[in-house]
Amino acid sequence: MSGRVLVGVKRVIDYAVKIRVKPDNSGVVTDGVKHSMNPFCEIAVEEAVKLKEKKLIKEVVAVSCGPQQAQETIRTALAMGADRGIHVEVSGKDYDALGPLQVSKILAALAKKEEAQLIILGKQAIDDDCNQTGQMTAALLDWPQGTFASEVSLEGDKVKVLREIDGGLETIKINTPAVVTADLRLNTPRYATLPNIMKAKKKKIVNVKPADLGVDVTSRLEILRVDDPPQRQAGVKVETVEDLVGKLKEAGRI
Amino acid sequence: GSMANPLRTEVVRLYKNLLYLGREYPRGGDYFRDRLRAAFAKNRAVQDPEKIKEMIARGEYVARELEALYYLRKYRAMKKRYYEE
Repeated sequence: MSGRVLVGVKRVIDYAVKIRVKPDNSGVVTDGVKHSMNPFCEIAVEEAVKLKEKKLIKEVVAVSCGPQQAQETIRTALAMGADRGIHVEVSGKDYDALGPLQVSKILAALAKKEEAQLIILGKQAIDDDCNQTGQMTAALLDWPQGTFASEVSLEGDKVKVLREIDGGLETIKINTPAVVTADLRLNTPRYATLPNIMKAKKKKIVNVKPADLGVDVTSRLEILRVDDPPQRQAGVKVETVEDLVGKLKEAGRI
Repeated sequence: GSMANPLRTEVVRLYKNLLYLGREYPRGGDYFRDRLRAAFAKNRAVQDPEKIKEMIARGEYVARELEALYYLRKYRAMKKRYYEE
Protein backbone atom coordinates (compact mmCIF):
# COMPACT_ATOMS: atom_id res chain seq x y z
CA MET A 1 0.00 0.00 0.00
CA SER A 2 1.42 3.35 -1.05
CA GLY A 3 -0.40 5.33 1.63
CA ARG A 4 -0.92 8.04 -0.95
CA VAL A 5 -4.19 9.89 -1.32
CA LEU A 6 -5.03 11.93 -4.38
CA VAL A 7 -7.46 14.78 -3.79
CA GLY A 8 -9.12 16.67 -6.62
CA VAL A 9 -9.63 20.39 -6.08
CA LYS A 10 -11.67 22.52 -8.47
CA ARG A 11 -11.53 26.28 -8.83
CA VAL A 12 -15.06 27.62 -9.13
CA ILE A 13 -16.85 30.95 -8.84
CA ASP A 14 -17.12 31.68 -5.11
CA TYR A 15 -20.35 30.44 -3.55
CA ALA A 16 -21.28 33.93 -2.33
CA VAL A 17 -21.04 35.55 -5.78
CA LYS A 18 -24.24 36.37 -7.66
CA ILE A 19 -23.87 34.50 -10.95
CA ARG A 20 -24.47 36.49 -14.13
CA VAL A 21 -25.27 34.86 -17.47
CA LYS A 22 -23.44 36.33 -20.47
CA PRO A 23 -25.70 38.43 -22.73
CA ASP A 24 -25.18 35.98 -25.63
CA ASN A 25 -26.19 33.02 -23.40
CA SER A 26 -22.92 31.23 -24.16
CA GLY A 27 -22.05 30.80 -20.48
CA VAL A 28 -21.62 32.76 -17.26
CA VAL A 29 -19.43 35.78 -16.60
CA THR A 30 -16.14 34.68 -15.01
CA ASP A 31 -13.86 37.68 -15.72
CA GLY A 32 -13.16 39.76 -12.63
CA VAL A 33 -15.33 37.45 -10.52
CA LYS A 34 -14.10 36.06 -7.20
CA HIS A 35 -13.16 32.40 -7.42
CA SER A 36 -12.37 29.92 -4.68
CA MET A 37 -12.12 26.21 -4.01
CA ASN A 38 -15.34 24.27 -4.57
CA PRO A 39 -16.80 23.78 -1.05
CA PHE A 40 -17.17 20.01 -1.57
CA CYS A 41 -13.49 19.82 -2.56
CA GLU A 42 -12.59 21.55 0.73
CA ILE A 43 -14.35 18.72 2.52
CA ALA A 44 -12.38 16.18 0.46
CA VAL A 45 -9.07 17.88 1.35
CA GLU A 46 -10.00 18.02 5.03
CA GLU A 47 -10.78 14.31 5.07
CA ALA A 48 -7.48 13.40 3.45
CA VAL A 49 -5.53 15.64 5.83
CA LYS A 50 -7.33 14.14 8.81
CA LEU A 51 -6.40 10.63 7.63
CA LYS A 52 -2.80 11.76 7.46
CA GLU A 53 -2.94 13.33 10.92
CA LYS A 54 -4.21 10.01 12.24
CA LYS A 55 -1.21 8.41 10.49
CA LEU A 56 -3.50 6.17 8.45
CA ILE A 57 -1.98 7.44 5.23
CA LYS A 58 1.41 8.88 4.36
CA GLU A 59 0.91 11.56 1.75
CA VAL A 60 -1.81 13.86 0.44
CA VAL A 61 -1.45 15.05 -3.15
CA ALA A 62 -3.76 17.84 -4.36
CA VAL A 63 -4.60 17.92 -8.06
CA SER A 64 -6.31 20.66 -10.02
CA CYS A 65 -7.02 20.91 -13.75
CA GLY A 66 -7.27 24.33 -15.33
CA PRO A 67 -5.39 27.49 -16.29
CA GLN A 68 -2.64 29.19 -14.28
CA GLN A 69 -5.12 30.31 -11.59
CA ALA A 70 -5.79 26.67 -10.65
CA GLN A 71 -2.50 26.92 -8.74
CA GLU A 72 -4.19 29.26 -6.23
CA THR A 73 -6.66 26.51 -5.48
CA ILE A 74 -3.82 24.02 -5.06
CA ARG A 75 -2.09 26.51 -2.70
CA THR A 76 -5.23 26.58 -0.58
CA ALA A 77 -5.19 22.77 -0.39
CA LEU A 78 -1.50 22.89 0.57
CA ALA A 79 -2.29 25.47 3.27
CA MET A 80 -4.95 23.11 4.61
CA GLY A 81 -2.32 20.41 4.96
CA ALA A 82 -1.84 18.66 1.61
CA ASP A 83 1.83 17.72 1.06
CA ARG A 84 2.31 18.58 -2.59
CA GLY A 85 0.38 19.63 -5.65
CA ILE A 86 -0.04 18.65 -9.27
CA HIS A 87 -1.30 21.30 -11.64
CA VAL A 88 -2.66 19.79 -14.83
CA GLU A 89 -2.56 22.71 -17.18
CA VAL A 90 -5.62 23.08 -19.39
CA SER A 91 -6.45 26.46 -20.89
CA GLY A 92 -8.31 28.22 -23.68
CA LYS A 93 -10.88 26.22 -25.61
CA ASP A 94 -9.85 22.97 -23.92
CA TYR A 95 -10.63 24.52 -20.54
CA ASP A 96 -14.00 25.83 -21.73
CA ALA A 97 -14.93 22.30 -22.78
CA LEU A 98 -13.34 20.54 -19.79
CA GLY A 99 -15.95 18.33 -18.17
CA PRO A 100 -16.21 15.38 -15.78
CA LEU A 101 -15.11 12.84 -18.41
CA GLN A 102 -11.91 14.70 -19.29
CA VAL A 103 -11.07 15.33 -15.64
CA SER A 104 -11.78 11.67 -14.83
CA LYS A 105 -9.35 10.54 -17.51
CA ILE A 106 -6.70 12.86 -16.05
CA LEU A 107 -7.34 11.68 -12.48
CA ALA A 108 -7.30 8.03 -13.52
CA ALA A 109 -3.95 8.49 -15.30
CA LEU A 110 -2.50 10.30 -12.29
CA ALA A 111 -3.81 7.69 -9.86
CA LYS A 112 -1.91 5.01 -11.77
CA LYS A 113 1.22 7.12 -12.10
CA GLU A 114 1.23 8.04 -8.41
CA GLU A 115 0.10 4.58 -7.29
CA ALA A 116 -2.65 6.16 -5.21
CA GLN A 117 -4.38 4.09 -2.59
CA LEU A 118 -7.35 6.38 -2.41
CA ILE A 119 -8.85 9.20 -4.45
CA ILE A 120 -11.04 11.61 -2.50
CA LEU A 121 -13.15 14.08 -4.43
CA GLY A 122 -16.05 16.38 -3.67
CA LYS A 123 -19.32 14.75 -4.66
CA GLN A 124 -19.96 17.59 -7.08
CA ALA A 125 -18.87 21.12 -7.95
CA ILE A 126 -21.14 24.07 -7.28
CA ASP A 127 -20.64 25.48 -10.77
CA ASP A 128 -21.79 22.70 -13.13
CA ASP A 129 -23.38 20.48 -10.44
CA CYS A 130 -22.44 17.43 -12.53
CA ASN A 131 -21.79 14.90 -9.76
CA GLN A 132 -20.01 12.58 -12.20
CA THR A 133 -16.25 12.88 -11.78
CA GLY A 134 -15.90 10.44 -8.88
CA GLN A 135 -18.09 7.83 -10.50
CA MET A 136 -16.38 8.12 -13.89
CA THR A 137 -12.90 8.01 -12.35
CA ALA A 138 -13.78 4.81 -10.48
CA ALA A 139 -15.20 3.31 -13.67
CA LEU A 140 -12.14 4.18 -15.77
CA LEU A 141 -9.84 2.65 -13.14
CA ASP A 142 -12.21 -0.24 -12.44
CA TRP A 143 -11.94 0.63 -8.73
CA PRO A 144 -14.70 0.40 -6.12
CA GLN A 145 -16.44 3.66 -5.24
CA GLY A 146 -17.97 5.08 -2.08
CA THR A 147 -19.99 8.10 -3.11
CA PHE A 148 -21.81 10.71 -0.95
CA ALA A 149 -19.64 9.84 2.04
CA SER A 150 -20.60 11.26 5.41
CA GLU A 151 -18.12 9.08 7.31
CA VAL A 152 -14.93 7.40 6.13
CA SER A 153 -12.75 4.96 8.05
CA LEU A 154 -9.76 3.07 6.79
CA GLU A 155 -9.62 -0.53 7.96
CA GLY A 156 -6.47 -2.16 6.69
CA ASP A 157 -6.75 -2.52 2.95
CA LYS A 158 -10.47 -1.73 3.05
CA VAL A 159 -12.39 1.46 3.52
CA LYS A 160 -15.71 1.72 5.30
CA VAL A 161 -17.97 4.45 3.96
CA LEU A 162 -21.20 5.70 5.48
CA ARG A 163 -23.21 6.97 2.51
CA GLU A 164 -25.96 9.55 2.46
CA ILE A 165 -28.80 8.06 0.47
CA ASP A 166 -32.42 9.08 0.00
CA GLY A 167 -34.11 9.03 3.36
CA GLY A 168 -31.27 7.36 5.25
CA LEU A 169 -27.74 6.09 5.47
CA GLU A 170 -25.97 3.12 3.94
CA THR A 171 -22.74 1.58 5.23
CA ILE A 172 -20.48 -0.13 2.74
CA LYS A 173 -17.03 -1.66 2.97
CA ILE A 174 -14.95 -1.59 -0.19
CA ASN A 175 -11.47 -2.67 -1.17
CA THR A 176 -8.74 -0.15 -1.80
CA PRO A 177 -7.61 1.32 -4.07
CA ALA A 178 -10.94 3.12 -4.21
CA VAL A 179 -12.63 6.40 -5.03
CA VAL A 180 -14.54 8.24 -2.32
CA THR A 181 -16.69 11.33 -2.88
CA ALA A 182 -17.41 13.72 -0.02
CA ASP A 183 -20.86 14.84 1.04
CA LEU A 184 -21.53 18.01 3.02
CA ARG A 185 -21.63 16.40 6.46
CA LEU A 186 -18.37 14.44 6.18
CA ASN A 187 -16.38 16.99 8.21
CA THR A 188 -15.73 20.65 8.99
CA PRO A 189 -12.98 21.92 6.68
CA ARG A 190 -10.31 23.98 8.40
CA TYR A 191 -9.66 27.51 7.29
CA ALA A 192 -6.60 28.16 5.14
CA THR A 193 -5.03 30.73 7.45
CA LEU A 194 -2.50 33.33 6.35
CA PRO A 195 0.44 31.75 8.21
CA ASN A 196 -0.39 28.40 6.60
CA ILE A 197 -0.75 29.98 3.16
CA MET A 198 2.75 31.42 3.69
CA LYS A 199 4.15 28.08 4.81
CA ALA A 200 2.49 26.36 1.87
CA LYS A 201 4.60 28.46 -0.51
CA LYS A 202 7.50 26.15 0.28
CA LYS A 203 5.55 23.08 -0.84
CA LYS A 204 6.01 21.81 -4.37
CA ILE A 205 3.54 22.05 -7.22
CA VAL A 206 4.51 20.24 -10.40
CA ASN A 207 3.05 21.27 -13.70
CA VAL A 208 1.94 18.67 -16.25
CA LYS A 209 -0.11 18.74 -19.41
CA PRO A 210 -2.86 16.21 -20.21
CA ALA A 211 -0.75 14.98 -23.14
CA ASP A 212 2.11 14.16 -20.72
CA LEU A 213 -0.33 11.75 -19.08
CA GLY A 214 -1.47 10.36 -22.40
CA VAL A 215 -4.89 11.94 -22.02
CA ASP A 216 -6.84 13.46 -24.88
CA VAL A 217 -9.14 16.17 -23.51
CA THR A 218 -11.30 16.49 -26.62
CA SER A 219 -14.94 16.86 -25.63
CA ARG A 220 -17.92 15.64 -27.56
CA LEU A 221 -20.32 17.84 -25.68
CA GLU A 222 -21.43 21.23 -26.92
CA ILE A 223 -23.17 23.73 -24.68
CA LEU A 224 -26.02 25.15 -26.72
CA ARG A 225 -27.11 27.86 -24.33
CA VAL A 226 -27.12 28.90 -20.69
CA ASP A 227 -30.12 30.67 -19.17
CA ASP A 228 -30.99 32.32 -15.87
CA PRO A 229 -33.43 30.39 -13.71
CA PRO A 230 -37.01 31.56 -14.38
CA GLN A 231 -38.02 34.62 -12.38
CA ARG A 232 -40.58 34.02 -9.68
CA GLN A 233 -43.89 35.63 -10.68
CA ALA A 234 -45.35 38.25 -8.37
CA GLY A 235 -48.19 37.00 -6.15
CA VAL A 236 -51.72 38.41 -5.80
CA LYS A 237 -53.65 39.14 -2.64
CA VAL A 238 -57.24 37.97 -2.40
CA GLU A 239 -59.86 39.31 0.03
CA THR A 240 -62.20 36.36 0.30
CA VAL A 241 -62.40 32.62 -0.24
CA GLU A 242 -64.67 33.27 -3.25
CA ASP A 243 -61.98 35.47 -4.77
CA LEU A 244 -59.40 32.78 -4.15
CA VAL A 245 -61.52 30.10 -5.79
CA GLY A 246 -62.24 32.44 -8.70
CA LYS A 247 -58.54 33.21 -9.22
CA LEU A 248 -57.63 29.52 -9.06
CA LYS A 249 -60.29 28.70 -11.66
CA GLU A 250 -59.03 31.54 -13.83
CA ALA A 251 -55.51 30.10 -13.62
CA GLY A 252 -56.88 26.67 -14.50
CA ARG A 253 -55.65 25.17 -11.23
CA ILE A 254 -59.01 23.78 -10.18
CA GLY B 1 7.16 53.73 17.95
CA SER B 2 10.81 54.31 18.85
CA MET B 3 10.72 51.82 21.74
CA ALA B 4 10.90 48.43 20.14
CA ASN B 5 8.51 46.21 22.04
CA PRO B 6 9.42 42.50 21.95
CA LEU B 7 5.73 41.74 21.35
CA ARG B 8 5.65 43.92 18.26
CA THR B 9 6.19 41.02 15.85
CA GLU B 10 3.28 39.15 17.37
CA VAL B 11 1.01 42.19 17.16
CA VAL B 12 1.94 42.74 13.50
CA ARG B 13 1.33 39.08 12.76
CA LEU B 14 -2.09 39.25 14.38
CA TYR B 15 -2.95 42.42 12.47
CA LYS B 16 -1.97 40.84 9.14
CA ASN B 17 -3.88 37.68 9.92
CA LEU B 18 -7.03 39.64 10.80
CA LEU B 19 -6.62 41.80 7.72
CA TYR B 20 -6.46 38.65 5.62
CA LEU B 21 -9.52 37.18 7.29
CA GLY B 22 -11.38 40.48 6.86
CA ARG B 23 -11.31 40.21 3.08
CA GLU B 24 -14.16 37.74 3.31
CA TYR B 25 -16.18 39.76 5.83
CA PRO B 26 -19.89 39.83 4.86
CA ARG B 27 -20.02 43.65 5.04
CA GLY B 28 -16.90 43.95 2.90
CA GLY B 29 -13.14 43.98 3.34
CA ASP B 30 -13.01 47.80 3.44
CA TYR B 31 -15.55 47.96 6.23
CA PHE B 32 -13.56 45.44 8.23
CA ARG B 33 -10.17 47.03 7.57
CA ASP B 34 -11.29 50.47 8.76
CA ARG B 35 -12.54 49.04 12.04
CA LEU B 36 -9.52 46.81 12.45
CA ARG B 37 -7.18 49.74 11.98
CA ALA B 38 -9.15 51.86 14.44
CA ALA B 39 -9.11 49.10 17.06
CA PHE B 40 -5.33 48.70 16.84
CA ALA B 41 -4.70 52.46 16.69
CA LYS B 42 -6.74 53.01 19.83
CA ASN B 43 -4.32 50.83 21.81
CA ARG B 44 -1.09 51.84 20.15
CA ALA B 45 0.29 53.53 23.29
CA VAL B 46 -0.11 50.48 25.51
CA GLN B 47 3.29 49.39 26.87
CA ASP B 48 2.46 46.90 29.62
CA PRO B 49 3.43 43.44 28.26
CA GLU B 50 0.67 41.74 30.25
CA LYS B 51 -1.95 44.05 28.78
CA ILE B 52 -0.57 43.55 25.27
CA LYS B 53 -0.67 39.77 25.71
CA GLU B 54 -4.27 40.04 26.85
CA MET B 55 -5.14 42.04 23.75
CA ILE B 56 -3.34 39.58 21.46
CA ALA B 57 -5.37 36.75 23.02
CA ARG B 58 -8.52 38.74 22.38
CA GLY B 59 -7.50 39.34 18.76
CA GLU B 60 -6.81 35.65 18.28
CA TYR B 61 -10.23 34.89 19.67
CA VAL B 62 -11.77 37.25 17.11
CA ALA B 63 -9.83 35.45 14.36
CA ARG B 64 -11.22 32.08 15.45
CA GLU B 65 -14.72 33.55 15.61
CA LEU B 66 -14.35 34.86 12.07
CA GLU B 67 -13.25 31.44 10.81
CA ALA B 68 -16.28 29.88 12.50
CA LEU B 69 -18.57 32.54 11.04
CA TYR B 70 -17.29 31.96 7.51
CA TYR B 71 -17.62 28.21 7.84
CA LEU B 72 -21.18 28.45 9.14
CA ARG B 73 -22.19 30.89 6.44
CA LYS B 74 -20.88 28.60 3.71
CA TYR B 75 -22.33 25.47 5.31
CA ARG B 76 -25.75 27.08 5.60
CA ALA B 77 -25.65 28.25 1.98
CA MET B 78 -24.73 24.74 0.80
CA LYS B 79 -27.38 23.14 2.97
CA LYS B 80 -30.04 25.51 1.68
CA ARG B 81 -29.03 25.01 -1.95
CA TYR B 82 -28.60 21.27 -1.95
CA TYR B 83 -30.45 19.74 0.96
CA GLU B 84 -33.68 21.64 1.57
CA GLU B 85 -36.67 21.27 -0.68
